Amino acid sequence: MKILTGNDLKTGDVIWWTGLDWSRFVKDATDVGDQGEAILQREEAARRVNSPYIIEAEQTDDGPRPGHIKDRVRALGPTVRPDLTLKPADPDAGLWVI
Amino acid sequence: MYQYDEYDQKMVDTRVEEFRDQVKRRLAGDLTEDQFKPLRLMNGLYLQLHAYMLRVAVPYGTLNSKQMRMLGHIARKYDRDYGHFTTRQNIQYNWIKLEDAPDILADLASVEMHAIQTSGNCIRNISSDQFAGATADEIADPRPWAEILRQWSSFHPEFSYLPRKFKFAVIASDTDRAAMRLHDIGIQLVHNEAGELGAKFFVGGGMGRTPMVAPEIRDFVPADELISYAEACLRVYNRYGRRDNKYKARIKILVHELGPEEYSRQVEEEFAHMKTLGLNPPVEELARISEFFQDPPFDKQASDDLDLSDPDFAVWVDQNNSAHKQPGYAIATISLKPRGGIPGDASSAQIDLMADLAEQYSFDELRVTHSQNIVLPHVKKSDLYAIWQKLDEAGLAPANLDLITDSIACPGLDYCSLANARSIPLAQKISKRFADLGRQRELGELKLKISGCINACGHHHAGHIGILGVDRKGTENYQLLLGGSGAEDASLAKITGPGFTEDGVIDAIETVTDLYLEQREEGERFIDTYRRVGMARFKEAIYG
Repeated sequence: MKILTGNDLKTGDVIWWTGLDWSRFVKDATDVGDQGEAILQREEAARRVNSPYIIEAEQTDDGPRPGHIKDRVRALGPTVRPDLTLKPADPDAGLWVI
Repeated sequence: MYQYDEYDQKMVDTRVEEFRDQVKRRLAGDLTEDQFKPLRLMNGLYLQLHAYMLRVAVPYGTLNSKQMRMLGHIARKYDRDYGHFTTRQNIQYNWIKLEDAPDILADLASVEMHAIQTSGNCIRNISSDQFAGATADEIADPRPWAEILRQWSSFHPEFSYLPRKFKFAVIASDTDRAAMRLHDIGIQLVHNEAGELGAKFFVGGGMGRTPMVAPEIRDFVPADELISYAEACLRVYNRYGRRDNKYKARIKILVHELGPEEYSRQVEEEFAHMKTLGLNPPVEELARISEFFQDPPFDKQASDDLDLSDPDFAVWVDQNNSAHKQPGYAIATISLKPRGGIPGDASSAQIDLMADLAEQYSFDELRVTHSQNIVLPHVKKSDLYAIWQKLDEAGLAPANLDLITDSIACPGLDYCSLANARSIPLAQKISKRFADLGRQRELGELKLKISGCINACGHHHAGHIGILGVDRKGTENYQLLLGGSGAEDASLAKITGPGFTEDGVIDAIETVTDLYLEQREEGERFIDTYRRVGMARFKEAIYG
């Protein structure tokens, strides 16, 4: 599947395209098929996202899992600071990245 | 310490307001990201993996307690309660909001700090010896010269769009604590035979994709002509440095391709012309700047006696303290490398504590080291125990300076958009594997440096042991390097062979340190034994 990601213009937060809006959680990301370029151009022009791009991801029971480790780190947060990730209560969350 | 004059302050304040307007226009949609990106980078604001990152300059690594407290304040108010001290003697904040950036820059300007020229193809923060003005082994204080270079290079119109970024280091001692020869220009203050002060110039060093140790270009430039000689070096680079290929655009490539002799000849030609232009600062300005770097009022009666009956304190004194030029004083290095910690990270509370200690015990001065530690440069020996106790309570008293757990590590793939692999988890695991302080001290001086990509922010080429993280088909892989040094015996580390997994490279490090202990001769450090024994013996031990 192909999903869209970028950063929130004001906060810099990593965000994912849900089909209607942007979410901070990769589990909300939706397959954009061949519409990715059109969506990201529209969204960037509307200043709802900064520097968006399309990535390959794998659909899993827990939601989309980005194909490249860099995007999995972006999706979770720094593996060396579990308290600053999006899953601060899960000490093993970093295993999902690797 | 240097204090801004009216011109310095106005320049920085004006830049803050200019950037405030640029941010406003970006948020309003009047600027696209393509238009805005170079503007934010000129103000040290990057977009990294998780958020905007702000890199704040600490000129030649020197700051006072008020400035340090401001760094803590920014961590607390605008970031996630910590900052990361870098291998360029700077500090980075990893979780900055664009809308907050102008206010942060205004806060910095209120204590004579900024983030200007911490990015882009310009002359970056001038680095220097963290022991400057305190160590007995220097011939002069290098900081006035670093400050003059800072002023000369700030907003220099001719050098705002160089072929690539450009880094200076200035030292004044035969002991190189600043990796001087791994800079684009390394300057060592020296005396000539007549006893006059001048500078030896090394040009074309650097790490990154094509690491090189800078060759000596000139053995003596009179001190009062230092700026025009530096300008001549930059002019030749600006004219002929490659702009068609960013991987070949650093000055080291130009010097290498021309050859040091031809590059030097062209610099001399330019220098002869530059000298006619009256670019060097007048004697009065040199004197004005030097006045800011006079010795603090040392207690001439301070005693060298120390009560070392507390064994943990005694080890810290032995490992983390260095000789001061003033009897009764020491240079104390605060290690930001606790067991299992993140090299260079400090919480706002720790930053505040270090500021308090500097104010109370070190004539209000601190230094940031390129090894990602903090120095209290002027500490009375009789105060060391009180300082150590406070540091220990705050988790800031690891007695591991220059030992294997005092590793340098770049932010790596946990934070950096350029990285290919994580570097911090490796530093943490190595720190735990070699946690036993007795074992570390048995190994002695061992510079371990870890980078998460070929750009080498973690200085892996200059490590006695270096680690380079690479991406191998989407999986993190680590190359092991041996034999580098960023010190006065500068050398570049070489790759041992095929790469390893994260745990595999740590096992390999254990293998090479075991071999060192087996092979070393009296008084040899790891690097000495490696150089005597050679790579082949170490490769055999690692790969069989």
